[in-house]
Amino acid sequence: MSRSLSLPAEPTRVKNRSRRLRRVVLDLITYALLLAGSLVMVGPFVWMIATALKQPADQFSRSLIPSPATLENFRRLWELLPFSRLILNSLGIATLTTIGQLLTCAMAGFCFAVVRFRYSRALFLLLLATLMLPPQITLVPNFILFRWLGLIGTSAPLWLPAFWGGAFGTFLLRQYFRTIPIELAEAARIDGASLLQIFWKVYLPLARPALAALAIFSFLGSWNDLLGPLIYLPADLERTTITVGLALFQTQYSGRWTVMMAGALVSIAPVMLLFFVAQRQFIEGIALSGVKR
Amino acid sequence: MHTGIKPIGRERFALLLLLAPTLVGLLFGAIGSLLATFVISLLKWDLISPPSWAGLGNYLGLLSDGLFQEALRVTSIFSAIYVPGTVLVSLGVALLLNRQIRGLSIFRTIYFLPTVSSAVAVGLVWSWIYGRDRGLLNFLLGLVGIAPVNWLGAQQVLYSVVIVNIWGAIGTGMVIFLAGLQAIPRDYYEAASLDGAGDWAQLRHITLPLVTPSIFFQTIISTVNAFQAFEYVYMLTRTANGASNAPTLVFSIYRNGFNFFRMGSASAQAIVLALIIFALTLLYFWLERRLVVYE
Repeated sequence: MSRSLSLPAEPTRVKNRSRRLRRVVLDLITYALLLAGSLVMVGPFVWMIATALKQPADQFSRSLIPSPATLENFRRLWELLPFSRLILNSLGIATLTTIGQLLTCAMAGFCFAVVRFRYSRALFLLLLATLMLPPQITLVPNFILFRWLGLIGTSAPLWLPAFWGGAFGTFLLRQYFRTIPIELAEAARIDGASLLQIFWKVYLPLARPALAALAIFSFLGSWNDLLGPLIYLPADLERTTITVGLALFQTQYSGRWTVMMAGALVSIAPVMLLFFVAQRQFIEGIALSGVKR
Repeated sequence: MHTGIKPIGRERFALLLLLAPTLVGLLFGAIGSLLATFVISLLKWDLISPPSWAGLGNYLGLLSDGLFQEALRVTSIFSAIYVPGTVLVSLGVALLLNRQIRGLSIFRTIYFLPTVSSAVAVGLVWSWIYGRDRGLLNFLLGLVGIAPVNWLGAQQVLYSVVIVNIWGAIGTGMVIFLAGLQAIPRDYYEAASLDGAGDWAQLRHITLPLVTPSIFFQTIISTVNAFQAFEYVYMLTRTANGASNAPTLVFSIYRNGFNFFRMGSASAQAIVLALIIFALTLLYFWLERRLVVYE
């Protein structure tokens, strides 16, 4: 990413100076707009944290700094809801989903990027077309299928589908695999490596950044999912996920904002942590999926 | 295109093995369940008694179903605001960020935060901000002398929820536009600058045309997302009896299928939703041939 600011040499110094002034003014406007936007983006999070640290009696105070600050709300939270249980349930489902997506999308992405086979292009386009098919459209038959399999009320309907691939993940990894020179696969071939070995030993290790991006996407998608657990899991606080728990909390304890904000904070904390650690992969992953190649 | 290695002998099985999950997903997960949705849309089925044939009954029923028409209206207004809103705002942010500024990565992180946060958690915060009597927004508006607005009341809630959805989608859009902007070769600008083109002319004649592929991509993504809207709708618009003040189509499908167990009607609505998305996709691709500039 070269960010060179090479403006051509100007004929006169006066023109040069007016240009520089223009530049400064434009820069100021840019920063002002970006900062104003940042306030809107961060504001709700700041308000969430501020409220979560306030004493329940102070919940309607408008100050940003809680005084006195307290962790009381977090204790109340764990009293009112089996919060650890909810987190563990969400964590388990999200982890299985991530494993399933990484494995099966990498397998297919490798085939589409590296292997030459008949109908490869047609199959890939068909897969891409399913990107236009929101999963909510096929909610009913999937529910009936899982009911027939006797899996309603278990978490299987939430993570099992991750093991049959996915258009987005396959597309993302295919895009990445295609940036790896094909000569590498050909050389490995000449050295006697089989297709599976080329996949596992050559391509997979090289695709770590893209795999990391997909891992974050899958984990987030699953962790933040509301509709799935709402439909498949019993509305029982021991067995549902943190998203449903929070939504139930909203109806049951409405008006107790400090505790509710503490719950919201706890539910986004692991995801925020993940994001700050791996945001480069995450952002590059999105950029990768948006670039036509 | 002749790149790629060709599987030989037993490697064909390896290839099949690698593709198997995806093939199963395509066959059952996508094509199969789409067909199944269509078949179920022709049935009357509450999951308790055995299904009976309804023919086009469910579809005809939708024509006189006030709740469905409300959902259709809400979804149309929602998309009509959400899609251009998301595209324009995130393009704007990306253009600002692309101006060789300091602190790019900090701004990028900030604008990205809502995208990674759970819509349920953030929805809770927004319901707190939007509150009529004690909400933060009305408090702030009060400081500049604006009378309190009932943001989550039946009149405004649709617009309030669209705003939150756009707010949550700017991050992804911005990253996609930034990638598109950074892919434009620097020499174009240098050449234009030598020819005396100012900032505005460069934006209009170089940047915008060359970023049209990203605009196209982002428009499609936003459209599909608009029709999927559920979490914020669930968190911000639900009424005491479990209905919604701004029911989107997905909310209506959820209600019919999983609260009322009207599988046939829910499936018919899903098919209508799929047809709308299909028609819009065709429209976009038709527009793409006319408007999108590829280098």
